[in-house]
Amino acid sequence: MKTNKLSYRFGQYSMFAGPAFALFLAVVILPFLYGLYLTFTSWDGVSVEKPFVGLGNYATALADRAYWDSLGRTVIYSVITVVLVNVVAFALAYAVTQGLKAQNLFRAGFFIPNLIGGIVLGYVWKFVFNRAFVSMAEALSHSGSSSSLLSTPNGAMFCLILVSVWQYAGYMMLIYVAGFMSVDQSLKEASLIDGCNARQAMWHVIVPLMRASFVQCIFLSTTRCFMVYDINLSLTKGEPFNSSVLAAMHVYNQAFVYKNYGTGQAEALVLFLVCAVIGIAQVFIGKRGEVEA
Amino acid sequence: MMMREKTGVRNLNVGSIALTAILSVVLALFVAPFALVIVNVFKPMSDITANPLAIIGKHGFTIDNFIEAMDKMRFWTVASNSTFITVLATVLTVVVSAMAAYVIVRNPQWKLGTILFSLMIASMVIPFQVLMVPLVSVYGGIFHVLNDRMTLVLMHVGFSVSLATFMFHGAIRTNIPMELEEAAEIDGCSKWMTFWRIVFPLLKPTIATVTIIDAMAFWNDYLLPSLVLGRKELYTIPIATQAFYGTYSTDIGLIMAALLLAMLPILVLYLFLQRFIVEGVTSGAVKG
Repeated sequence: MKTNKLSYRFGQYSMFAGPAFALFLAVVILPFLYGLYLTFTSWDGVSVEKPFVGLGNYATALADRAYWDSLGRTVIYSVITVVLVNVVAFALAYAVTQGLKAQNLFRAGFFIPNLIGGIVLGYVWKFVFNRAFVSMAEALSHSGSSSSLLSTPNGAMFCLILVSVWQYAGYMMLIYVAGFMSVDQSLKEASLIDGCNARQAMWHVIVPLMRASFVQCIFLSTTRCFMVYDINLSLTKGEPFNSSVLAAMHVYNQAFVYKNYGTGQAEALVLFLVCAVIGIAQVFIGKRGEVEA
Repeated sequence: MMMREKTGVRNLNVGSIALTAILSVVLALFVAPFALVIVNVFKPMSDITANPLAIIGKHGFTIDNFIEAMDKMRFWTVASNSTFITVLATVLTVVVSAMAAYVIVRNPQWKLGTILFSLMIASMVIPFQVLMVPLVSVYGGIFHVLNDRMTLVLMHVGFSVSLATFMFHGAIRTNIPMELEEAAEIDGCSKWMTFWRIVFPLLKPTIATVTIIDAMAFWNDYLLPSLVLGRKELYTIPIATQAFYGTYSTDIGLIMAALLLAMLPILVLYLFLQRFIVEGVTSGAVKG
């Protein structure tokens, strides 16, 4: 009788959760573990044999100057992008929750870049930087030879940041809008009656109550920045002179272009550790915020 | 809310007019890149090169770019591939995640389920870059199932069930009263029927949110499809765009047309579903 009940239970569980768990294990957990194994081999991507090399790949990764350059670049890119995205998104969210007639139109409009995939966005902006801006600069300076921002190392990074801010701001704006809506208006009004001016009410009442939105937006924009690949590929392709290769692109090239699968995988794992630290910090800060709020 | 609407009427003053004006300028800047593509699509190449900013070129209006790009990027094939993959993967994600979340919420004593669910949440910090080499190695090298649209569909589902299950988990726990289910069971419903007849329909808001977020992600994804689908006739829109750019990067008129073709389906859809998409993303933001 008991085993019958057990097998009935097992049937119920696997009927409902089986497909989701099976796919999750097959696509995320199994490859993750297999990837760990691959970091200890020097596999060329073709042969059946995967020679064991111990920590060799990690040593190679540690010594790979280009990898650390790309990680450093990613950190700089991420810090600047995350700050700008959140400042722009918060300002836009504030503006579109002021009861303007056209506020829904603005919300919908600022979100448009998020509809289009990174590959397409990158090519659209490549056209803007290489043709439209150049032609504008030529018209303004009356000289026939302006060069594109994308052709200098700092310019290329600037373009990457500009496009990323443009793309993500609308998405984060929606999260901040939800945050603004969830703030109880009576608290704001109470603070105004108690003698706060609008700015004080903003900083001391509304912003602290929106902590969850901030944590979430910063987490989302940071992880997106650390994993960015599409825009990097279509907008700059890492050029000029590999000066705009971000970490995800370096890992991809290491594995699939140079066929150093083991090293690429070891470098990807380091990227994972960075993301995991950001994720854990986010959970930690989020939990602390919950207690306060 | 009432308050805001009231002040909204009173606020029809200089301040809100100025704010509307500023936001209109910002919005114009936001959509300018798209406008630039649209303007140049209808120009012959010589006019684009001469002046990409002019609204109408010297040689007038043409739709040749469109016709040629459509043919060369095999637009109908790639668009139908993208549609097939996006629709199937989204439906499967919604169905399997909602079912899994249901059994996890209602059976807290089930240890394996709890462990796997925690693993799902933890896995959300794994960047795709860690998984791409092993994925190709396992499913290409060992099982030989790459170059198949179904493989991509199942992989999309596998990657997105974590977040979706998490969202359904929250919705079922807070919004679905146990009493309803108990009543259904007393009336003779099996668990399966209770889920489909009672629980699933009540999850509509979360279904909408998950559908919107995942459909957008699947439609726009580039890296995973580029690793799984190597054969030309299986290309999705992002891969086809990338391949097209690589081949015709100097023929700027064709490129403009290809970019517009890649953007058009989702822009048209957005025109109709805009309210739901904005709401879906927002409510996903609050829960996620």
